[in-house]
Amino acid sequence: MTGNSFHVSGYGPDKGGWTRLFARDSMARRLDWPILLAAVGLSLMGSLLVYSATRNRTELNQGDQYYFLTRHLLNTGIGLALMVATVWLGHRALRTAVPVLYGASVFLILLVLTPLGSTINGAHSWIKLPGGFSLQPSEFVKITIILGMAMLLAARVDAGDRPHPDHRTVLQALGLATVPMLIVMLMPDLGSVMVMVIIVLGILLASGASNRWIFGLLGAGTAGALAVWQLGILDDYQIARFAAFANPALDPAGVGYNTNQARIAIGSGGLTGSGLFEGSQTTGRFVPEQQTDFVFTVAGEELGFLGAGLIIALLGVVLWRACRIARSTPDLYGTVVAAGIVAWFAFQTFENVGMTLGIMPVTGLPLPFVSYGGSSMFAVWIAVGLLQSITVQRPMSA
Amino acid sequence: MTNIPETGRSTRVQTRLVVIQILVLSLLATLGGRLWYLQIRQGDEYAEEASGNHVQQVVQPATRGSILDARGVALADNETRLVVSASRTELLKMKDDGKAVLTKLAGVLGMKPQDVMDKVRLCDAKTPQPCWNGSPYQPIPVTDEATVKQALQIRERAEDFPGITAEPMAVRRYAAPGKSNTAQVLGYLSPVTDEELQKAQDTDSPYLRSDQVGRSGLERQYDKALRGKAGVTRYEVDNLGRVIGEAESDPGTPGSNLVTSIDARVQRVAEYELNEAMKAARKEMDRNTNRTYEADAGAVVVMEAKTGRVVAMASNPDYDPNAWVGGISAKDYKKLTGKDSNYPLLNRATQGQAAPGSIFKVVSSAAAVEAGYDFDGNYDCSSAYNVGGQVFKNFESANEGMITIGRALELSCDTVFYRLSHEEWKKDGGMNPKNPNDYFYKAAHQFGLGDKTGIDLPNEVTGRVPDRQWKQDYWEANKDAWCKSGKKDGSYVEKIAYENCHSGNKMRAGDSINYSIGQGDTLVTPIQMATIYSAISNGGTLYDPSIGKAVVSPDGKTVSEIEPTAHGKLPISKTTLAKMDEALAGVASRGTAAWRFAQVGWPQDKIPMHAKTGTAEVYGKQTTSWFATYTKDYSIVMTISQGGTGSGASGPAVRNIYDALYGVSDDGDIDPKKALLPKPQASLPKIKTDGTILSPKMPKDIVKELQPDEKASPDQEYAPVEEGDQPATTPNQNGDNRDTRRHRRRGGARGSGRGARPGGRGRSRRARA
Repeated sequence: MTGNSFHVSGYGPDKGGWTRLFARDSMARRLDWPILLAAVGLSLMGSLLVYSATRNRTELNQGDQYYFLTRHLLNTGIGLALMVATVWLGHRALRTAVPVLYGASVFLILLVLTPLGSTINGAHSWIKLPGGFSLQPSEFVKITIILGMAMLLAARVDAGDRPHPDHRTVLQALGLATVPMLIVMLMPDLGSVMVMVIIVLGILLASGASNRWIFGLLGAGTAGALAVWQLGILDDYQIARFAAFANPALDPAGVGYNTNQARIAIGSGGLTGSGLFEGSQTTGRFVPEQQTDFVFTVAGEELGFLGAGLIIALLGVVLWRACRIARSTPDLYGTVVAAGIVAWFAFQTFENVGMTLGIMPVTGLPLPFVSYGGSSMFAVWIAVGLLQSITVQRPMSA
Repeated sequence: MTNIPETGRSTRVQTRLVVIQILVLSLLATLGGRLWYLQIRQGDEYAEEASGNHVQQVVQPATRGSILDARGVALADNETRLVVSASRTELLKMKDDGKAVLTKLAGVLGMKPQDVMDKVRLCDAKTPQPCWNGSPYQPIPVTDEATVKQALQIRERAEDFPGITAEPMAVRRYAAPGKSNTAQVLGYLSPVTDEELQKAQDTDSPYLRSDQVGRSGLERQYDKALRGKAGVTRYEVDNLGRVIGEAESDPGTPGSNLVTSIDARVQRVAEYELNEAMKAARKEMDRNTNRTYEADAGAVVVMEAKTGRVVAMASNPDYDPNAWVGGISAKDYKKLTGKDSNYPLLNRATQGQAAPGSIFKVVSSAAAVEAGYDFDGNYDCSSAYNVGGQVFKNFESANEGMITIGRALELSCDTVFYRLSHEEWKKDGGMNPKNPNDYFYKAAHQFGLGDKTGIDLPNEVTGRVPDRQWKQDYWEANKDAWCKSGKKDGSYVEKIAYENCHSGNKMRAGDSINYSIGQGDTLVTPIQMATIYSAISNGGTLYDPSIGKAVVSPDGKTVSEIEPTAHGKLPISKTTLAKMDEALAGVASRGTAAWRFAQVGWPQDKIPMHAKTGTAEVYGKQTTSWFATYTKDYSIVMTISQGGTGSGASGPAVRNIYDALYGVSDDGDIDPKKALLPKPQASLPKIKTDGTILSPKMPKDIVKELQPDEKASPDQEYAPVEEGDQPATTPNQNGDNRDTRRHRRRGGARGSGRGARPGGRGRSRRARA
């Protein structure tokens, strides 16, 4: 990627300075501030919640109670930088880089399957990096699938050749998505696969692909899920999670423990919660993975209905604005990218919060912006960058 | 942004985007709704669950209050012992149900493996003691007598002893101060059962799993006060149970201390004397059965006459109450509940009942006066009383001529009372009564017989007044059996059954005659008689006997005194009472008990002694010895089952108890320094500001200190001392009853001994002395 491909009308690099920044059609003015502010708000709330969940966990924070807080803030900062970089590059420019990005991300997830990969919580989806960092490539695969599918599906439509993607294009796009999904399934990282399936569905919907594809995919998804179940591809722990979801009273000390404790934590929060750092469920470490997958329980217990509702509301703002962006973008490429991101964020939010509320089975998915985790944080901020890029590059209204 | 150019965008895409947006919104709405449901609708439930989740209760059992004697000496307190316990839940997790661990534990403790396993098994209908009847989730004590070395062995090799703990714990100790035992009065503790736990759950005094509950005696009667309230510290814990903070706690309250009216020294003397008397009786030859006396059980009560407070209460056979501490062993339990040991758990002072014999005559005397007979009138003390061909003989067929009721008491003349009772029976209509007055039976009820005295000990028995109602009830319950086995011309038993079958529901002449001297079906308890003789002493008030004197809060700040309460007045006028008092003094000075008191150095002028002897016959058994006495301060009633005569078997013991109380020596001198309790202990022991109760030093064994000589020559204790015209008799001499012999010589007065056998077909249950 080079700066050469970054050409937006009226935003030549020769026009510098504050005036440009705040001119009527300036970048700053055109940015979707609600999304940005909501995302920053979520990240900051996340840092507090992560801090609350980890400040006493010496076995995790290596004796530094701010370990996770500083890292979460650092991740947020890096995420913001990635967003800026993404906006700077522009989603259209990135289209040309899709083959490279796609290749790189598939390479990385393949790397996970080699001895370089490591297992965390039953999912073999990480690559350990020096310095205590680790990378979860499947987070970035979500972006490359969105970009790749959008590129394929929108190419001929945006060129004006066709009103909708033809079957061959859809098939190609599905093929593009299937390869990394299969690899991720081998990890096995079922949660990520589920997110990807939803992303694919959202993209196909937004691309205007034939209804047959939509229903066909839904049918295939159902059949696939059944096959996965029947063929024993799932690990025991995954089956147990579903069983516990179906019957929460099952083995409250074992597989049902997480959901039970999560619900107790959230339920006990009431309207206003016990106050930040005051949650007994949180302080007592009753809920596992509370800084990552179950971070929402901290909000539920310590901030109550108001705080937890605020998180849902802020995610709602992000999703609402993203939907608007999808609808108001003239080109199909931008629409599909935005819709893919909507599908991704919406499902991941619903699944993550839903599992803590006991209405979804437990899978290891982070809550966008809020959960601790570098890869996830970077990926969602890049996605925000894509959304901003789509907004910024949209032609000004007449 | 409505007029954005729609290049490359179809309406299909636009529609689908709206669908996506609606889907997204509905997902978010679902989350919001569910969040509202959990946090607002069900928030309280979850909050409760959360607190149950992270709050662990640690229970500090309340230290059980001590039971103290009147001077503050601890009869029951607590000591710290090393208790080795086994957790069943842990043991059952092992493949062999913990057998290996328990066997190893038995090795360390020097016990038999089987004994250890028996101790940790759970009680059920089929499992004999020892077994655990507490909660299966609570650690079960294997021993509370572990040595420090054993405890260390267990604790240092914790991995070898999973589920086994060795902890110092406060356990009950029955200190037996000065060798006083007081077993049946104190009672014992055992772990709370599941049923009790459940029952008491919602009361203001719920049990804890680990609680020990008083099962008998004072431990049971005052359980609530003694138990206190366990402290509960609530810790906030994390998921692994690690403590992360302290939540609100309920401070515990140690159990209150119970000050009793028991004097440990007098108690010791009473127990010792009772036991010695029974030992002596077992050497006596019973002329009727030609065996030595069994003396299988006995009881003695020392009561403050003016308050009904019990100074000493001994029941024999007794046992060591410490056997219950830390779980009773199979051997001990069998011993304590077996027939061979004659049920030592029974407190025979309140739970043993027997025909009273002649000590009942105070009731008959009062009844006669109530019925209109002059106390000072002249009544024929003939050698026998004849009713319808049935001859009721006086003791030894003695004929004393015309005497007053008072003199009849002194001499224990049977025929006077036969006649009075029989006359009343006739007045009431004989076999076909018309509105009977039943003065003799009414009096017994008014004296409190046939009813509980209300002593503060559990499971007191009522005894029995064989009145018309009882006869009817008893007949209805038994007539079928009687009529089946009864034969008109069969053996004695068969004849009685035949008779009972036909007229057992009616008050017969013989019934009323036997009844008048405390024979027949009358049953009394020693505590009832002590209450009655106390009442005669104090002017007629029947006090509820009491042992608890005050409940002192652990900090000593609240002292709830237990005031004496009365349950009735004797149906005797002041003047009659005075005469009866005089007559009973006569018994001690010149009557049937004189050879135990006035004639053997009792300072009758300084400490007027009143007494009544009783020897009750029991069909198929040896006679029951009764001895009821009182001074102005104390009443002592003693009984020995199958022990012989009243003054003979029980006399020396009662005398020795009085000697100890008043400091009377054999020659009649009163040594105030030697007197244990010349006046009842009125004040409570001194309570320090920190709540501790001061107690005087207890002698090792008061009996040895009081009677050093008697130990050397025990015979002396029981041999009547020669005095004046009193012929010397020693026990065992030609197997005769010394009492009988002596009083025969004196002529007229009957100490005891064999009387005339009832003539004719009358029942043989008779009493004399």
